[in-house]
Amino acid sequence: MSALSYRGIHETFAEVNGDTALAAPGRIVKLGRRQFLRLTGVAGGGLMLACTLPSCSEEPSPKQAVANDGTLQPNGFLRIDASGILLFAKNPEVGQGVKTSLPMIVAEELDAAWEDVRVDQSPIDQDTYGPQFAGGSMSIPMNWDRLRYAGATARAMLVGAAAARLGVPTAELTTGDSHVIHEPSNRRLAYVELAAEAAAMPVPEPDSLKLKSRGDYRLLGSRITGVDNEALVRGEPLFGIDQSVPGMKYATYQKCPAIGGVVKAANLDQIKAMPGVQDAFVLAGNGNAMELLPGVAVVADSTWAAIRAKRALKIDWDESDGAKDSWSEAVATAQRLRSQPDAERVVDQGDADAALAAADKRLEAFYSYRFVSHAQLEPQNCTASFRDGAIELWAPTQTPGSGIRAVANVLDIDPAKVAVHQTRCGGGFGRRLYNDFMCEAAAIAKRAGVPVKLQWTREDDMAYDLFRAGGFHQLAGSLDGDGKVSGWRDRFVTFTNDGERPVSGGGLGPGVFPAGLIANVRVEQTALPWKNRCAAWRAPGSNVFGFVVQSFLHELAAAAGRDHLEVLLEVLGKPRWMKEGDPHSLHTDRAAGVVKLAAKKAGWGQQLPAGRGLGLAFYFSHAGHIAEVADVSVDANRKIKVHKVTVAADVGPIVNLSGAENQVQGSVVDGLSTMLGLSVTFENGRVQQSNFDQYPMLRLPAAPEVDVHFIASDFSPTGLGEPALPPLAPAVCNAIYSATGHRIRTLPISEEGFTV
Amino acid sequence: MATLNLNVNGQPRQLTDLDPSTPLLWVLRDELGLVGAKFGCGISQCGACTVLLDGKPVRSCSLPATAAEGEITTIEGLAGANGELNAVQQAWVDLDVAQCGYCQAGQIMAAEALLRTNPNPSDDDIDRAMEGNLCRCGTYLRIRSAVKTAAVDAAAASRTAEERT
Repeated sequence: MSALSYRGIHETFAEVNGDTALAAPGRIVKLGRRQFLRLTGVAGGGLMLACTLPSCSEEPSPKQAVANDGTLQPNGFLRIDASGILLFAKNPEVGQGVKTSLPMIVAEELDAAWEDVRVDQSPIDQDTYGPQFAGGSMSIPMNWDRLRYAGATARAMLVGAAAARLGVPTAELTTGDSHVIHEPSNRRLAYVELAAEAAAMPVPEPDSLKLKSRGDYRLLGSRITGVDNEALVRGEPLFGIDQSVPGMKYATYQKCPAIGGVVKAANLDQIKAMPGVQDAFVLAGNGNAMELLPGVAVVADSTWAAIRAKRALKIDWDESDGAKDSWSEAVATAQRLRSQPDAERVVDQGDADAALAAADKRLEAFYSYRFVSHAQLEPQNCTASFRDGAIELWAPTQTPGSGIRAVANVLDIDPAKVAVHQTRCGGGFGRRLYNDFMCEAAAIAKRAGVPVKLQWTREDDMAYDLFRAGGFHQLAGSLDGDGKVSGWRDRFVTFTNDGERPVSGGGLGPGVFPAGLIANVRVEQTALPWKNRCAAWRAPGSNVFGFVVQSFLHELAAAAGRDHLEVLLEVLGKPRWMKEGDPHSLHTDRAAGVVKLAAKKAGWGQQLPAGRGLGLAFYFSHAGHIAEVADVSVDANRKIKVHKVTVAADVGPIVNLSGAENQVQGSVVDGLSTMLGLSVTFENGRVQQSNFDQYPMLRLPAAPEVDVHFIASDFSPTGLGEPALPPLAPAVCNAIYSATGHRIRTLPISEEGFTV
Repeated sequence: MATLNLNVNGQPRQLTDLDPSTPLLWVLRDELGLVGAKFGCGISQCGACTVLLDGKPVRSCSLPATAAEGEITTIEGLAGANGELNAVQQAWVDLDVAQCGYCQAGQIMAAEALLRTNPNPSDDDIDRAMEGNLCRCGTYLRIRSAVKTAAVDAAAASRTAEERT
């Protein structure tokens, strides 16, 4: 078998990420003149509305044809009939809150009372819904216009129906609380009563619709609790792991501990004789590490029987093409490359070498960080049923669309023969952008001839993650006679899976801080070969680059004997939008706004007792401008306590205040958890950590107070699943420096002896 | 293979032909269809599988079902006879605790166990009772608030009940 391919890994990343060099420009779909809105009559007099992208076929989809025949089939973003108002949440829910926040946008323009609304997960139908994925903090920015128009269109049709029924001009009608209101005659007509008549109204052109101005919002910006909250606290079957289908068996799958290894032989007969085991067989894999790795499948009557049988497997692996990845060797290589200048130049502005040579003061520092795991709490699983050349899957995935393509490829069937049901996801953090677990379930279900639920163990999850790559940065910076930052150079050593490009989330792009802000900046990049798969992890790239650059900037400020806040604002400089009109480009005025607000709210400049300090950091990622100030105590044994983290964020207007605050609080906790003690290492191609006892995530007692402040600027709203994470690590490390004078240059900080 | 009698949420449940090494978690999920308790790690590290055994929190992923002698309570058994949420569930809904929600059944059961023995817990009590339950999304601040809210609401409900009797 030839070497592994990693086909699809970069494309997925580029599709979902807004602030990297890989992302294609113009991905954000804006609803324009040519977009048409389609109305379909529904049996029972319902009003069903679907917005369709200009690129989509105007042929009615099979579902709509069925609906025209009189079969009620939910489709589109909303449905109103005598039974009520139903809104559809189009994107996967992974904990980022979109099953609540996206329908809120529809409800706002529809002018429906939230209490009157029910929400369902939509089917996967990208002709109707456009891209359906959870990634890159893109759900809000990509759907803001689409959803507002969906609501406004229905509202206009309801108003039209009311005008016809009451015999009054539409100009005399207003809406509110799911009613059309005629104030002159004090009459109120409920939307549900008007639905059938509204369905007969002409669909208005988008250009004819007047969207609300922000001052008129009744719902957006308020605190709305999650639509699944009650089902969650009752333990209802929402998640992928909770799914079952008639006749279903339970499967496990054992892959080579060194990725790339293939099965030579296995004790299949012994396994098949175990109680509760139905079948055991070898899958050869399809050569793409993003789809189907070779391994041994067990099919059993229960999850436990499948897990026990998997543990009893004795597999002889051919590891001649297997991974030999070694963290300790990578560290040694990176050390050697520190002084090697002939790497790829990612940024080359001004003359960094000259600035460094001419500097009044020059600083060098070596930063590094380990690999980490996604550790989403729901281990990978997928239920699959293969019949008559077609497959149906119930999958906790962030990218159902690319899951369909991957499964079709593995089974060698038409993508139209692959149907995916969205389930709630027990965390994503980027791991579920990649659908290897769906491919495994599909291949096992086809071979077994029965529906199966494939269940990964936590050990599988740790061993076969798509890791956030570690990395190494040799930094040099210079200060001029006025103590201003005059030059900056970063020699970055990263990893490559395909030998062509840095791993996803492990490549520096031309927009990395402080490119464009300091006159002389050079960023160089070298990638070491690596077989274990590395990919997007919450705020890809930014989650580590933020630590490196915002810590080193503080080093320069300290070396200049200047206030960090003052230096940071000076580097941000005069108000400007680096790329006018591009939300994924730094806006220095928004940046300065959050930096000043965080500093003010945290009491920047206050005197603190010995051993306690404030640390500041700013980072721009995923279109979010976020500044954080950490208040940290450190004792003589390097035990730290993070008392409070103050966050100022500008992501435009807030859609759901409760969800937005939760995302920021969670990002702070996640950032702290990861920087404190999380690390994945490799030797002989194998992951050295196997479960949570060796991967100590933060627990409740160590969670700091988080004080969240939003600047609801007039820009279009952007996502919050990711951008509040990157500033956390540098803010805490800068606070530790302020408290102790010790500069942390390694993540996790447990490597430098710090604990909580 | 064994026959096993369990008492789950007040109901007697009999299982036949069961591998005696099966953890309670998989009996609840695969055999009884009670999927509220979740699989997270399989080694009692994350608490997602927490259920109550005679009112005390146990990690059902590591407890053989054959050892689960006593009254087992799962998240499905918390609501009242008419389906009304109990104080802990209601606090979790009202304070909008969950993000992905996967750990929250375990969190709720741990909180329920705490409040049954300690109706007025201090911050330290909450830290000790809840530190065995990981939340990967980092909802700890809301969990802490929800435990406090549930304690107050449970006390109020209990006072109301006393006044009625």
